[in-house]
Amino acid sequence: MASRTLAQTGSGFESLQMCGVSRTYGRTRALVDLDLELTRGEFVALLGPSGCGKSTALACLAGLQPLTTGSIWRDEVRIDTVPVEKRGFGMVFQNYALFPHLTVQKNVEFGLSMRHVGRDERRRRAAAALDLVQLTDHAAKIPSQLSGGEQQRVAIARALAIDPEIVLMDEPLSNLDAALRIEMRTEIKRLYQERDLSVLYVTHDQEEALSLATRLVVLRQGALVQSGTPKDVYANPVSAYVASFMGYRNIFAGHVAARAEDGAVHVVADDLELVGRLVTGGGTDNTAQGTAVTIAIRPEDIRVAAPSAPNAIQVMVEVVEFHGRELAVRARTNRGVAIHFKTEESVVAGHPATLCVPRDRVLVFAR
Amino acid sequence: MTTTVEGRADTELARSRQPLKHRLADRGIDWSLLLLLPAVLIIGGLFVYPFFYGLSISFEPLKGSNPLSNYTDFLSDPYLRDSIVKTLRLALPVALVSVAFAAPLAFQARRNFRGRQAITLVFMLPLTFGSILIAQGMIRVFSDGGWINLLLQMVGIPKQQLIYNYAGTFIAATMVTIPFMFLLLMGFFGGIDRSLEHAAGTLGASKAARFWRITLPLASPGMVTAFTLALVEAFAVFPSAILVGQPDNATHVLTLPIYAAASQHSDYGSAAAIAMIMTVIELIILVVLVTVRNRIYRGPATGGKG
Amino acid sequence: MISPSLSARRALPRPSLVRRLSRVTVTSVITWFAGGCFGLLAIAVLGSVAITSFATNWRAGWWPAAFTSRWYGQAWNATGISQSLLVTFQVSVAVVLIALAAGVPAGYVLARKKFPGKSAFMLVMLLPIILPTMTYAVQLAAMMYRFGLGGSLPAVILVNLVPALPLVILITVPFVEQISPEVENAAKVFGASSLRLFTRVLLPLLAPGVVAAGILCLMRVLGQFELTFFVSNARTQTLVVTIFGALSDPGGVPEPLVAAMTMFYMIIALIGLVITFRFSNPADALSRRAR
Repeated sequence: MASRTLAQTGSGFESLQMCGVSRTYGRTRALVDLDLELTRGEFVALLGPSGCGKSTALACLAGLQPLTTGSIWRDEVRIDTVPVEKRGFGMVFQNYALFPHLTVQKNVEFGLSMRHVGRDERRRRAAAALDLVQLTDHAAKIPSQLSGGEQQRVAIARALAIDPEIVLMDEPLSNLDAALRIEMRTEIKRLYQERDLSVLYVTHDQEEALSLATRLVVLRQGALVQSGTPKDVYANPVSAYVASFMGYRNIFAGHVAARAEDGAVHVVADDLELVGRLVTGGGTDNTAQGTAVTIAIRPEDIRVAAPSAPNAIQVMVEVVEFHGRELAVRARTNRGVAIHFKTEESVVAGHPATLCVPRDRVLVFAR
Repeated sequence: MTTTVEGRADTELARSRQPLKHRLADRGIDWSLLLLLPAVLIIGGLFVYPFFYGLSISFEPLKGSNPLSNYTDFLSDPYLRDSIVKTLRLALPVALVSVAFAAPLAFQARRNFRGRQAITLVFMLPLTFGSILIAQGMIRVFSDGGWINLLLQMVGIPKQQLIYNYAGTFIAATMVTIPFMFLLLMGFFGGIDRSLEHAAGTLGASKAARFWRITLPLASPGMVTAFTLALVEAFAVFPSAILVGQPDNATHVLTLPIYAAASQHSDYGSAAAIAMIMTVIELIILVVLVTVRNRIYRGPATGGKG
Repeated sequence: MISPSLSARRALPRPSLVRRLSRVTVTSVITWFAGGCFGLLAIAVLGSVAITSFATNWRAGWWPAAFTSRWYGQAWNATGISQSLLVTFQVSVAVVLIALAAGVPAGYVLARKKFPGKSAFMLVMLLPIILPTMTYAVQLAAMMYRFGLGGSLPAVILVNLVPALPLVILITVPFVEQISPEVENAAKVFGASSLRLFTRVLLPLLAPGVVAAGILCLMRVLGQFELTFFVSNARTQTLVVTIFGALSDPGGVPEPLVAAMTMFYMIIALIGLVITFRFSNPADALSRRAR
């Protein structure tokens, strides 16, 4: 039966599964038939814009929201019928949710005292957790006396103090400023590696997801759109939606001009004429001439080149941003189509340039 | 901050060059304070002045020349003096019971749910209609041949004297105070960040543990405030002490001698004196309760940023 | 990619009823039961007045013997209720208007500005609603009589202002605090004079607060007993004072007659309650009111 105690559910796991989970409240369908799996040792990032259901998925997993349909399994045990306090996950909340009336020490000890751990061992384990996040000196303070980054570290320590096998994180870095965010990201990755955790991490920041995850899951309106390694999703998004999320800043609506050999396809969008790679979605080969498509190109894949290069684009440089190692440039074609690209060559605003892009980096998605 | 002799002279010079208007504005005094004038006039003329007026006539007894005789007469008469005790004996239990009854209800109702408006409406009825209306309705429900006693008789329990005694006023007072507490506490409980309870849940706290360890400590300043307000309301019991209580004996609360002195004896000085005594007692209670509240945790009931 | 167990698990049904029941605890059941009893009691107490007003006489028992509506006519013509209705209306409107006119600007200043003596002012201002009205009703009445206003309508209006004004201020302050000062700054930068700032920016934003304050004031005046009691005479009584007089009349006004009188009051109070619910959530207003 599913009603096991905390201690029993904590005894090792191989996989956590959400099977066919839907969550509807009122008129909102937050999750639609979602299948999600977390195997031991993975760091899975749930990625998507706000409203895509990623936080809802986490809340359902933790037991904070009930499921409308579907089930959640930890190995062979069904856990969606188990109340939240018995599920044994560690969880870090977006607004940290530190108990304002307890000291840092007591906050971190909270989960342990719920498990009736003896006072000495409780203190020891909480101190160890605080040491992990380097906040030992702040143990006697209350949360309102800490900065945002410190509060966030306390929240992590509190989740880790109970030695969970699975940690759920709901956009824990979104309330921090840029520099702190990057630093904490590294800390989280270090903790994940050192403690041998399995993590489900919700974020809307693709850079964060790419740098932390062993596997990326992209959600859209409550449904899973793509699941794969960061490298895979980055290089081969399955749809224009995923591509727009993975930093493919150049997205054009166009149509198929002709079908070339070896799967390449000639596409036209305004005054752009390119040869690209069709990303097959549905089963049918729908590359007849005139098919409406979406074209996606990453700024990093576009280079400044000679006018004779294949897949050339003639542009007038409009805005140049200095980014240290390279320039981020926005240029316009004759018809005013905006092209974003990055280059180490020096280009000047107001001057023409020729760009080119390798054909396998022009992704074409059927619409 | 150290300044040279010249530096100090410079700032002084600069300060004296600043027009009076700016210096006052720095301290918060400018034309916008005029907006306060009507309110100041009303409070000053209709509250502060009558207060001092009352104070002065309390020292002018109708009989005799001892200025304190209004006070001494009151405090030396055991029947009158006991009204203080009787008031406390009524107000404290009413406040305690009201908070204790309303708190669990408010806790259950803190989140929005389908019937919440309807339930709030029903609870607001006694509050809206007031104690005089409640007192009138109590006659039919609580008296000897009333509904409650008829119900008890049906079940075999002997008749209870629930009106025209302490119980009558107690019931009338709680009927008005409980809804007030319910609304107040519902706001307090609802104001506690939900994610705190969620966090406690994920850390293994059962529903009971979440209530006792998280919600209650965070709501306790609010509970003390609620208790304070309940006590103040219960102290003010007046019509129900007469209508459904025992005004000569068990429910001879402090408001009654004031009423008697003013209406029946036209002794406004004496009435003012008793009112002053009542005010002092109230203020002492308030100071005590506010101090208690400030000792309890008083931070915000949220868990961090955003 | 989908493991074999996944497809099997997806087909499982939801354990709905058992789960929902397990979330109900013993304490919550008791609590809701107690709440239900209280609700029933409140309805019983108030409903009995309504029933009595239609009874010929009701000596004992569950239900009156016979029903009539003659008490209402008698109440209207012979008891002074109609006069009290008019008085109550006049006083309420006057008090609400004056209290809003004085209280909203005061609330604005208190929310935005710091000035010497602010805490003292706030403390004194709160006293009329912290202290029981009985502690100042008699002195206020005595003063009114001394100025020759005893028993007049202006006196009734003035005394009701005392608890009404602090209420308006208390409700206005949090509403003003909710408006970011940057909004006012923006208006000024774009050329709004103080008057235009008030009418075009502040007033619309404060409207819900003003309405809430007005309604709560109204209810306060309606139920205000002690203050009105000591300064009014037979022609300037509000509804509650008239009813109290009938209830405590040693001459023995017939119960159904008093009940009929009370029904007039009840209907007005009910209308006020419905209006309150239409425009605002009283729980919010009250929770903002208490510190």
